[in-house]
Amino acid sequence: MPETTGRATPQLDDLYRDILLDHYRKPRHKGHLDDANRKADGANPLCGDQVTVEARVSADGRIEDVAFTGTGCSISQASTSMMAAFVYGRTADEALAAVGTFQTMMLTGEAPPDEVGDIEALAGVAKFPVRVKCASLGWKTLEQALKDRTVDASAPVTTDEGKE
Amino acid sequence: MMRQSFNYGTDANVHRVYDLDAIRRDFPILKREVNGKTLVYLDNAATSQKPVQVIAELTRYYRDYNANVHRGVHTLSQEATAAYEGAREIVARFIGAKDPCEIIWTRNTTESINLVAHTWARANLVAGDEIVISEIEHHSNIVPWQMLRDDVGVVLRYIPMLQDGTLDMAAAKRLIGPKTKLLAITQMSNALGTIVPVAELAALAHAQGAIVLVDGAQGVPHLPTDVYAMGADFLAFSAHKMLGPTGVGVLWGRMELLEAMPPFMGGGDMILSVTMQHSTWNDVPHKFEAGTPNIADTIAFGTAIEYLEALGMEAVRAHERELLDYALDRMVDVPGVTLYGPIDRSIRGGVVSFGLEGVHPHDIGQVLDSYGVAIRAGHHCAQPVMARLEIPATARASFYIYNTRAEIDALVDAMREVVRYFGGVHA
Repeated sequence: MPETTGRATPQLDDLYRDILLDHYRKPRHKGHLDDANRKADGANPLCGDQVTVEARVSADGRIEDVAFTGTGCSISQASTSMMAAFVYGRTADEALAAVGTFQTMMLTGEAPPDEVGDIEALAGVAKFPVRVKCASLGWKTLEQALKDRTVDASAPVTTDEGKE
Repeated sequence: MMRQSFNYGTDANVHRVYDLDAIRRDFPILKREVNGKTLVYLDNAATSQKPVQVIAELTRYYRDYNANVHRGVHTLSQEATAAYEGAREIVARFIGAKDPCEIIWTRNTTESINLVAHTWARANLVAGDEIVISEIEHHSNIVPWQMLRDDVGVVLRYIPMLQDGTLDMAAAKRLIGPKTKLLAITQMSNALGTIVPVAELAALAHAQGAIVLVDGAQGVPHLPTDVYAMGADFLAFSAHKMLGPTGVGVLWGRMELLEAMPPFMGGGDMILSVTMQHSTWNDVPHKFEAGTPNIADTIAFGTAIEYLEALGMEAVRAHERELLDYALDRMVDVPGVTLYGPIDRSIRGGVVSFGLEGVHPHDIGQVLDSYGVAIRAGHHCAQPVMARLEIPATARASFYIYNTRAEIDALVDAMREVVRYFGGVHA
């Protein structure tokens, strides 16, 4: 029988870290940019997770502003919020490097040695392989937006290779 | 939602339908621990658990009489053939079919439906002919007909779903017309539990000279089923949702239809004779069963059906109805809950699709799993249903013969933990 006091199981608390739930409840940078020059859509249709990432990147490659909209599970939405908070004000190259750091963290389950702020809280997702695609969606969508250098969305990014 | 009150007595484990404790002893997996809690398996619409009798028959085949069927004169092959063909007789009896030769073995319901789409439909339908299905179909009863539409030019029409998950019968009467050549309809919705009035729809279709295919994947495991009473011309279902192994499906068809149909796949066992120029086809059902079949699993499926027959499908239905009543009455009190599916419980199987305000179904499923409660979260391979409800997904609890009211209590307690865990979130 479930306990009636305290948080759920320790394992679950590893997935739903307080900081992650905080980003889910109070997403950062949620909304649209009027003057975005980078944009990409991401969708995992089987889950129903969906995000759109917009950014304004300056001529010298700095992410002056970033925003996202979306719906989906707590992991997908919180991870996208944490991504936006992290890349805001950094250069596009730093942001792309952070995508790589994030992906490594999903493989190893270990927080990276570098200072990555709240993102470290996502390390616990790696223990739940079916949720890695949820956490990855916003990051892959950012990567697409920065690499494609286009405002017009092409085919949505997906991290969902599974089936249902 | 309408509330109905039932007197359950004081002991949540008192069941009047059959000896539940004895049944649960036959399912060793139910003693398993998951995340430190006793497993509460409520994902039966996805697949059922297997009793020791079925597991033992699988082992017995491989240990004692493993041989290929329909080939050997030796003792083992004869024993294997007798058991394999014996399963056909058991299935025929179970669904009220007249002739065991009308039972065709496939891999699953999906393959059974595809078999009809590839053989009967391509031999009998031409461009402009209409196929009527419904919005509550599983993808396996949608996609084969869309593929046929793209190949042949048939027209696909959908009986709409009403908000409570039942079918719009007035629309059905309009949609089923002189151009209708096939009605392909589910017996029970896997996503919402809706029990479809198949006999009523079949009568409409037959009045227009159409053929009726029933997707029994969800219905046959849970409801007393008689192919003639329901007015089916074809019935498709799977072993794995009714105590049997994975990898075995059934297509039942009326013999005159099956005899007139071309074969499905070519190869051994489906032929009478082969020359280098051409081949002649074996009789029904072997005409549709090319190659060495899934012998062990098919035989064990017969054992699974005998288990259900011993309980009686009326009792199975009564047990699940009792669980459904108990579950709906308890779940409706969870804060922020939305319950989907028919309000009239007499036309609803043991399936409860639900949502919790501000919590995505995958998060519900994740938290429930941490309490050992296994449910399904997603679109349940019924995306048109989700589109009609304007939601991406639901969480779904589904019951079977071995589930208890105590397990539903565990589900409801875990649901309350989900609400507490994600409390105050409004997505």
